[in-house]
Amino acid sequence: MAAPRAQHPFTASSHERTKLFREKVARNLMLVAALALIVPVLAIIVYLFYKASPVLSFSYIIDDPGPMGKSGGIWLPLMGTFYLVLTSLFIVAPIGILAGIYLNEYAPDNWLTRAIGMAVTSLAGVPSIVHAMFGVGAFVAFMKMGESLIAAACTIAVMTIPVIVTATREALAAVPMSFREACWNMGATKWQTTRTIVLPNSVSGILTGVILEVSRAAGETAPILFTGAAASVAINTSSLDRKLVPYDLDDKFMALSYHLYMVADKIAGMPEEMKFGVAAVLIALILSINSVSIALRSWLRSRKKW
Amino acid sequence: MDSSTTSQANPAGASAPEGAGQMSIRTRDVDLFYGDFQALFGVSVDIKPNIITSLIGPSGCGKTTLLRSFNRINERYGNVTTRGTIEILGKNIYDADVSLPELRKSVGMVFQRPNPLPISIYENIIFGLRSHTPKPELGRRGDLDDIVESALREVQLWEVTKNRLKDRATTLTLEQQQKLCIARLLPLKPQVILMDEPCSALDADGIERVEELISELRERFTIVMVTHNMGQAKRASDECIYMYLGKIIEHAPTAELFLNPREEQTAMYIEGRYG
Ligand SMILES: Nc1ncnc2c1ncn2[C@@H]1O[C@H](COP(=O)(O)OP(=O)(O)O)[C@@H](O)[C@H]1O
Ligand SMILES: [Mg+2]
Repeated sequence: MAAPRAQHPFTASSHERTKLFREKVARNLMLVAALALIVPVLAIIVYLFYKASPVLSFSYIIDDPGPMGKSGGIWLPLMGTFYLVLTSLFIVAPIGILAGIYLNEYAPDNWLTRAIGMAVTSLAGVPSIVHAMFGVGAFVAFMKMGESLIAAACTIAVMTIPVIVTATREALAAVPMSFREACWNMGATKWQTTRTIVLPNSVSGILTGVILEVSRAAGETAPILFTGAAASVAINTSSLDRKLVPYDLDDKFMALSYHLYMVADKIAGMPEEMKFGVAAVLIALILSINSVSIALRSWLRSRKKW
Repeated sequence: MDSSTTSQANPAGASAPEGAGQMSIRTRDVDLFYGDFQALFGVSVDIKPNIITSLIGPSGCGKTTLLRSFNRINERYGNVTTRGTIEILGKNIYDADVSLPELRKSVGMVFQRPNPLPISIYENIIFGLRSHTPKPELGRRGDLDDIVESALREVQLWEVTKNRLKDRATTLTLEQQQKLCIARLLPLKPQVILMDEPCSALDADGIERVEELISELRERFTIVMVTHNMGQAKRASDECIYMYLGKIIEHAPTAELFLNPREEQTAMYIEGRYG
């Protein structure tokens, strides 16, 4: 009598097949969600550059804007944003990094440290328009900077400092404790330890954090709205140094974000491609700052010593 | 187990004879607290120079804590309060005029997990000197080279590293890394070397060679070594301290402690009945 052909134990049972099917469904759903992330990025970039293509050219980049931005290029706003980022970096990087080092390497766990931690968290939650109002009061009026590049840079510095402190602390915390133990036990002070071992091994994380955050903030309109951005400036850029450094610290300045805000909606009869041109350059600038800082990070990482 | 939580914690611990020459480390009634948690109870112990004293006891009994209090590094690990006196080479290290960097220069530490710094082998060896010497006095390149060579020779690393001094220390094997961690203390001319389970990350061969090295070093340093390994304590140490729950239970010459433990608890531990 022939017994029913016995299945080999490695053949999937029906329950196994259901399991495998569910596994597949779950995996593919999550893959779709992950892929969906790149859709808006690609869509924005393609759409912007397509719409902007009629104006995009070398002269569009290096020409000053024409009357009301209806013609000409975007050199002055581009330089404005560039110097805004640079000035903010010079203000915020030392303060943010030093504070981050103190909090991570030195601060004892007491009420003062916790208060500083809470201040940092709360500051990070303040909307940028509120930072703008604070900037007007503190820098433009009280410190008598007037509406200027420096006042706007200070406003951005205040706005970005919590993220920079946090990024610094995280980068420092990623350096193994055992390195610090080794140094301390040979009698090195905390500062010697930080300077010779901890900082060199966290500088990549710190720098990228700082640059990314400042460039992100400088792409915003609100913080510069009342603190120094101008719809147009009367600057003669015929000499080369004026072309390269159009603004002094106490000048009002044009910036890409604010320029976009103006040309996009405020001016009648604005040609479409002029609007998209500004947006495309702004995006390109931010993307290139991001790529540079990511490249910088991987370069510093590859030199990392453990 | 014990209700007599007074500071008279170590009746047998008083065994180490008084006045037998200068003690290298001498503690009296040391209580240590992490916040509210008391980790050491009335520790009084005399540790002799130029021998290896091993520190044994179940996990969490305070071996690392005691070791770290000998160079006051505990204070770097949060809210620590220490009472009592710890004299090293006749000086109470809790006196106000004690400089912590100087103390730690004289009392070096080797860790459980080799932790060479993420710099070159060469720089690892002179890291301590660099942090203790003003730049102009650091000496010429040639002097430093000699210092590095002699430190590496003393730990039998010179032959394998002499052609790769510029390589990162982390490229060495674990055994070599641990020897490097010992070597980097030597240019500072320490008096005492503390070792916290120095062999526990190594394989059998590594253990053997590092034990040999430690044994050679005893002639010039006071060595206090925490170990989990009874065999190692027996093989490698001259005196042995058994701790339990933050107290010193017994301190005796190693052979005596293992053959004839005075305390019941010690006997139970070395027979492997708990811990
Ligand atoms: N930094 C610290 N903060 C609080 N408690 C600690 C700290 N370090 C150790 N302890 C506690 O002190 C006791 C002794 O720890 P430790 O000295 O590390 O023991 P061992 O080295 O013998 O295993 C343990 O109960 C441990 O939890
Ligand atoms: Mg321990």
